[in-house]
Amino acid sequence: MPLWAKTGKTMGAVTVTNLTKTYEKGSVTALDDVSFRVEAGELFGLIGPDGAGKSTLFRILTTLLTADRGTAGVDGFDVVKDYRKIRNTVGYMPGRFSLYQDLTVEENLNFFATLFGTTIRENYHLVKDIYEQIEPFKDRRAGKLSGGMKQKLALCCALIHKPTVLFLDEPTTGVDVVSRREFWTMLNRLKEQGITILVSTPYMDEAVLCERIALIQTGRILSIDTPDAIVRGYPDRLFAARTDDLPRALADLRANPSVRSTYAFGEYLHLAFRQNDTENVSGLSRYLAEKGHSGIEIKPVTPTIEDRFIDLMTRETTPS
Amino acid sequence: MNTKEQKAIVCRDLTKRFGDFVAVDHISFEVERGEIFGFLGANGAGKTTAMRMLCGLSHPTSGQAAVAGFDVYRQQESIKRSIGYMSQKFSLYENLTVLENIEFFGGVYGLSDAKLNRRSERLITTLGLGQEARKMVGSLPLGWKQKLAFSVAVIHDPAIVFLDEPTGGVDPVTRRQFWDLIYEAAGRGITIFVTTHYMDEAEYCNRISIMVDGRVEALDTPGNLKHRFAADSMDEVFYQLARGAKRAAD
Repeated sequence: MPLWAKTGKTMGAVTVTNLTKTYEKGSVTALDDVSFRVEAGELFGLIGPDGAGKSTLFRILTTLLTADRGTAGVDGFDVVKDYRKIRNTVGYMPGRFSLYQDLTVEENLNFFATLFGTTIRENYHLVKDIYEQIEPFKDRRAGKLSGGMKQKLALCCALIHKPTVLFLDEPTTGVDVVSRREFWTMLNRLKEQGITILVSTPYMDEAVLCERIALIQTGRILSIDTPDAIVRGYPDRLFAARTDDLPRALADLRANPSVRSTYAFGEYLHLAFRQNDTENVSGLSRYLAEKGHSGIEIKPVTPTIEDRFIDLMTRETTPS
Repeated sequence: MNTKEQKAIVCRDLTKRFGDFVAVDHISFEVERGEIFGFLGANGAGKTTAMRMLCGLSHPTSGQAAVAGFDVYRQQESIKRSIGYMSQKFSLYENLTVLENIEFFGGVYGLSDAKLNRRSERLITTLGLGQEARKMVGSLPLGWKQKLAFSVAVIHDPAIVFLDEPTGGVDPVTRRQFWDLIYEAAGRGITIFVTTHYMDEAEYCNRISIMVDGRVEALDTPGNLKHRFAADSMDEVFYQLARGAKRAAD
């Protein structure tokens, strides 16, 4: 019986309390007093750009790095005192490929199973869906695999010991839309098996695929909640506007005093007014027409996670 | 006037084979001067190989292409002098200061001292890097590095700049500031050839091509592509085209 099975109630949960981590003799703050809790069986996303502190947090939780201040626990074990126990029960897929390049696909998987005192056969049901996709290449050296296949093998290796918590550090970075969708389908199947999953991503559109998310930027959590609740927290009414000349429209909207913020968003510009006023839209349409724009369209839209992230980010940097 | 000279890029049946493997399979397209051209494709579709040929770094197996009017077989050095290149992975020299990086790349691109001085002053002001000019690039936040890397890639006013996933991992505000720089460069007549995995950025391009298994499967404006595939977003267009890809993703 694996160790975690005896400990009972906290299995699969992750707690982070006032974690702070600095580098370069304190001059670079990677994590700044971060606290949150992930429940057992949850699919939890850390959403933020490079340098937000996502990888540092994962390394602390997987006991590979110690924090300057604060505490953290996985499965009820402390990441410092009980690091050996945690290492036995968690699965970790780092951002950089970390398998043995000169072992074959099958040898890598076998190696990781052996390392954790299990066999491929014992937990094959966990990796079956994913492993079947790379099985035709099981005799190929890992170093010779394509990026997508390496990613699948790394996931199998992180799963083969039936971890209670799976840490995935930017598994979809640099991956195309099709492979990203496939990857999220795999994650949801793993969740159904009861594994707690912490996944980080710089892609805001992936946030909605998690049950709860933390928006993280320069070591601080901007917001933490369900994706729906985070979007509902967007404070203004949001509008989408477009004309036949978007770059010029963006400059003109920025110059308009009634507009609080505006930025490009796909085929539209998103904008929020300084004050909610029923005359806003008609006034702005007239303004754009006077500036010589054609094809003017302004309509209310539902904010996305990215809108909320931008909103929170700009509030952090410009306190007004 | 020769039409080839009016186009930034002209490609006819451009092909690259590695043994039996056809990495780029008879691709044909033209890019106008000053256009923002999005070059999309699934991982492993052949984008990087195609870009390497267009940048004069790799000889095609067959087909023709001219970049800034120069032939990709015979005038690779002229191509290299006429283009700028920036990628997410290509970083500036981290242990040189901002100013030293600008001077180094300006020198590599053959700018005269007088010109380089004027340009670097303008660049530092535009980017608001006055305070950081003498700091090591390694100490700057990623977003600033990316903006600086782009500015350095166009410091010699190239005919075309190739951007390979320039905004990967950058926060959403900086990502948009980066596109402001792209529009500004396009406004100065620099042709932009850009790859990205952010489908909202595909919308910022004048036209996009989507590569699947070595071939250009679609090429049009974002609006026309969405119309043709009856899709709400470029994400959906891309998905419809690329999900049938036979090549393993890499």
